Amino acid sequence: MSKFTGKGKKRTPGISTASLPDIIFMLLFFFMVVTVMRELDPQVKVVQPNATETEKLQKKALVDYINVGPPFDARYGTEPKIQLDDAFADVEEIPIWIKQNRDARKEAEQPLITTSLKVDKDAKMGIVTDIKQELRESNALKINYSTLQGSVYDK
Amino acid sequence: MARREITEINAGAMADIAFLLLIFFLVTTTMDTDIGILRQLPPPVPDDMEKPPEVKERNVYEVLVNSNDRLLVENEPMDIRDLKEGAKEFYTNPNNRSDLPEMRWVTRSLCVENITQLKNVIAQGGGERDDLKEKLKRWEDKLSAVELIGEYRELPTSALISLQNDRGTSYNMYIAVQNELSAAVNELRNSLSQEKFGVPYSELNPLDADDKPKILAVRAVYPQRISEAEPKDIGGN
Repeated sequence: MSKFTGKGKKRTPGISTASLPDIIFMLLFFFMVVTVMRELDPQVKVVQPNATETEKLQKKALVDYINVGPPFDARYGTEPKIQLDDAFADVEEIPIWIKQNRDARKEAEQPLITTSLKVDKDAKMGIVTDIKQELRESNALKINYSTLQGSVYDK
Repeated sequence: MARREITEINAGAMADIAFLLLIFFLVTTTMDTDIGILRQLPPPVPDDMEKPPEVKERNVYEVLVNSNDRLLVENEPMDIRDLKEGAKEFYTNPNNRSDLPEMRWVTRSLCVENITQLKNVIAQGGGERDDLKEKLKRWEDKLSAVELIGEYRELPTSALISLQNDRGTSYNMYIAVQNELSAAVNELRNSLSQEKFGVPYSELNPLDADDKPKILAVRAVYPQRISEAEPKDIGGN
C-alpha cells in the first residue's frame, strides 16, 4: 500500500505557460488578417451626421470614398473642401477620378461600385449637390451617405 | 576542452513580443463597418427630354427645406419630428382624405384582367415595345404580391414624395429629412411584414429563396418613392 501513499505533502505544480505564446500568436494572426490599414490620410475633418435607417456597406473593396469637410490645416481655409484619395480636389475632377476607379476594377464588378460620401454635418448642401450632379454625369449612380447610428433629433 | 552544454533558449519572452505585436494590430485595426443611407441617383437627363406629364396635386407630397433648415411640407411649416407620421399618412391615406393620393384596391381579378389584356396587345404585334413588357412585369409582381399577402390598397403610380432643398441647407438637416422619409416606409413595411409573415421586414433575408418573394410583395405594397428636385439657390452660399 505504501506504494500509493505519497511521500509527504504534494506541491501543486505550476501551470505551464509554454503554450501562452501559441495562443497569443493565434490572436496576433487573427488581427493581422482582419486588419485593413487605413487607406487614406484624412485631410478634412468629418463629423458624420446621425441616422437610424442605415444599412451596412457590403464589399468594401468596391467602395470609393469622397470626403467633404473643413481642412485640418487651417492654411487651406475653413470652408468645406473635397478630398479624393489623398489630396484636395475640385468638383470638376470627380469624373476623371470615377473613371480611374472604374478602370481599376474588373469589368463584371464595375456596376457594383458604390461611392460613399463622407460629409461633415455642418457642410452646406450646395457642395454636396455639385458632387451629386458630377456623379450623375459620370453614371456613378450608387451612392451612400455615410452616417453614424443615432437619433436624428439630437443636435 | 570540455564541450559546453547547449543551453535551451528561454522562450518566455516570446509571449511578450507577441503581445507587443498583438497590441499594435489591435490599435491599428479599424473594425468600424461603414454604415449609411444607400440611395440610387437618377440617371443624367438628356437635353432634349420631353417634359414629364403634370402630376395631380394630391399625388405629390412636397417637402421643402430652406437655407435655415426649416421645413415646409405641403405648404405648411412642420417640425422634423412630425415628418415621419406625415409621410406615413401620405403613403396610406387611411381616412381617404381628398388632398392625399387616391388609393386603389388591388385584387386578384384586376391583376389577371390586366395581365391577359397586356399579353393580348403584345401578341398582336406590340411585342417590341419595352414599356408594355415593363407594365406586364409590374402587374405580374402585383399578382404574386396579392397571392402572398391578399388584397391591398395601392398608391397611384404617379404618387411620389418630392424633396427639394436649398443650396444653403445643412447636410445634417438633409440627412435627417432623408432618414425620416426612409423611416416612414420602413415602419410601414415592417408592420405589414410582421402582420402577414410574423417577422419584421428588416429581418427578411434577400438571399433566402423563401424570403425573396415576401420582400418583393412588401415592396410592391409600399414602394419607396422619393424624388429629388434640382436644388434652389435662394438663401445664398
